[in-house]
Amino acid sequence: MALIDDADLNRIRRIRNGRLADIFFRWLTWSFMALVLLMLGGVIVVLVQGAAPALKLFGFDFLITAKWNPVTDEYGALVPLVGTLATSAVAMLVGVPASFAVAFFLTELCPYKLRTSLSTAVELLAAVPSIIYGIWGLFVAAPFFQATVEPALAAWLGPIPLIGQLFSGVPIGIGILLAGLILGLMILPFMTAVMRDVFETVPAVLRESAYGLGATRWEVVWKVVLPYCRTGVVGAVMLGLGRALGETMAVTFVIGNAHRLPKSLFDPATTISAALANEFTEAVSDTYTSALIALGLVLFLLTFIVLAAGRRLLLRAEVAKTGGGK
Amino acid sequence: MTRVQTRRITDIVMTVIALAVTSLVLLILGAILWTLLSNGLSALRPSLFTESTPPPGSQGGLLNAIFGSAVMTGLAILAATPIGVMAGTYISEYGRNSRLAHIVRFVNDVLLSAPSIIIGLFVYGIVVVQMGHFSALAGVVALAIIAIPIIVRTTEDMLGLVPDALREAAAALGSPRWKIIAKVSYRAAFQGILTGVLLAVARISGETAPLLFTALNNQFWSSNLNAPMANLPVVIFQFAMSPYEDWRQLAWGGALIITATVLALNIFARLLTRKRTGRS
Repeated sequence: MALIDDADLNRIRRIRNGRLADIFFRWLTWSFMALVLLMLGGVIVVLVQGAAPALKLFGFDFLITAKWNPVTDEYGALVPLVGTLATSAVAMLVGVPASFAVAFFLTELCPYKLRTSLSTAVELLAAVPSIIYGIWGLFVAAPFFQATVEPALAAWLGPIPLIGQLFSGVPIGIGILLAGLILGLMILPFMTAVMRDVFETVPAVLRESAYGLGATRWEVVWKVVLPYCRTGVVGAVMLGLGRALGETMAVTFVIGNAHRLPKSLFDPATTISAALANEFTEAVSDTYTSALIALGLVLFLLTFIVLAAGRRLLLRAEVAKTGGGK
Repeated sequence: MTRVQTRRITDIVMTVIALAVTSLVLLILGAILWTLLSNGLSALRPSLFTESTPPPGSQGGLLNAIFGSAVMTGLAILAATPIGVMAGTYISEYGRNSRLAHIVRFVNDVLLSAPSIIIGLFVYGIVVVQMGHFSALAGVVALAIIAIPIIVRTTEDMLGLVPDALREAAAALGSPRWKIIAKVSYRAAFQGILTGVLLAVARISGETAPLLFTALNNQFWSSNLNAPMANLPVVIFQFAMSPYEDWRQLAWGGALIITATVLALNIFARLLTRKRTGRS
């Protein structure tokens, strides 16, 4: 009788095959994971490479030059950069308090029966493609702003010194104000959904003890819930800001695409993403293309910083929650 | 006024503000959907689904754009699903708490929320410039790059929910690691991963910006992956910005089709997860 029979050999072979398959599978998953890393690296390399000619030509002045002239081939990022920052600022000024109010309503005020369906509705709205917000802005909101909202704002706020300047000029509907408001509306469901999730991590005991001490609903939210999930809320706001900065379609329709430094919120302007969407396929000279890619690089760095900070904060909020909860 | 009174009044004022803001927001969002529905429904004629996009001033449909969108979204998901699932598997099953996994998770999150127009620029650089012309293939690559991070994220999350006891039981029976992952982890997390894929489909079917300078657009019927291909989002963009009434009508019709598709996919994905959490 042999020491090792056929059945044993088969078993050994199977184990060895299993090991080989194991190594192969691990290698396979590893390489796809590496692909994800490569993608981000690739984005950075391609943008830097594409932007290099323009950046070499214009140097640091690219960021602070307001000129954008395809005829003389001179470009500067100032106007689109200002447009991006201004529309995002308007969006955040309106969107953050509004999404906080809606989250407050959903977690504290809303009747229990309505809560789930309303929360689901908000989350579904966050999934509506941004182009829908864009065409609604162009066809419905813009005429309304031109005829009603902007003249009224100019009449009320125009005479006030300092901020009056922001609400002056010809009300044509399309411009920074409308683009910012549409953006704010678009990121609102998203920020509300994240905020609501964060609010729900507050232990019921904390809320109940505050109510037990006689706190009003507003006080519970403002002095207990909000401080408890401060990092999470800031994270949600940063993610919203990241979206607002990079959003293309909701803005392109209603910004007016004018390469002029805006003097008031009614003025048409352009943003980095809108300039890319409108001009990239029409860019004829190499410098033009390169300047547009350089704009893209600026936008990427801007959103990268904001998003990285936002994710960091949300992650920390999560760690604090799981670490402190148990 | 006593302190209690001030506190109560603040509470009432804030409650009223929150109520007002919430109803205003819901009103506006409702108005958006209403406009979409009323304008879209009137544009919804049978010819929308049987004819290609017309030149300005004449009748036509969106057949070529619907076809193009379906093809590009489908191919992009076919490419993105294995890549995303595999990468998510590595992070969740092999990496877990390693430093590498943390880095990949972070990079994936950055990609997840990077502006989609930047992805378009990237694909323009790596595909369009190399090939020398715009093509549907470039559009597919752009959409896949947007879909991958979503699938990675949900795969990782869902595999993380699979109890380790299941894996340990399989390991105790002597199965190799890959078999544990393929036959235990994947099966337990199947519905969750499917949800992620559906959400990715929903996300990329509405994406416009990355297609603007990759797939471009095509006024005619084309099934050639090597040439520009029509697609709903870009057609909506161009037609809505145009001064022609017929084109604008078609844009509304297309917008309604996209929104309905995206919402239906989201609701379906939600039902899937609800069933899963309901059972466990």
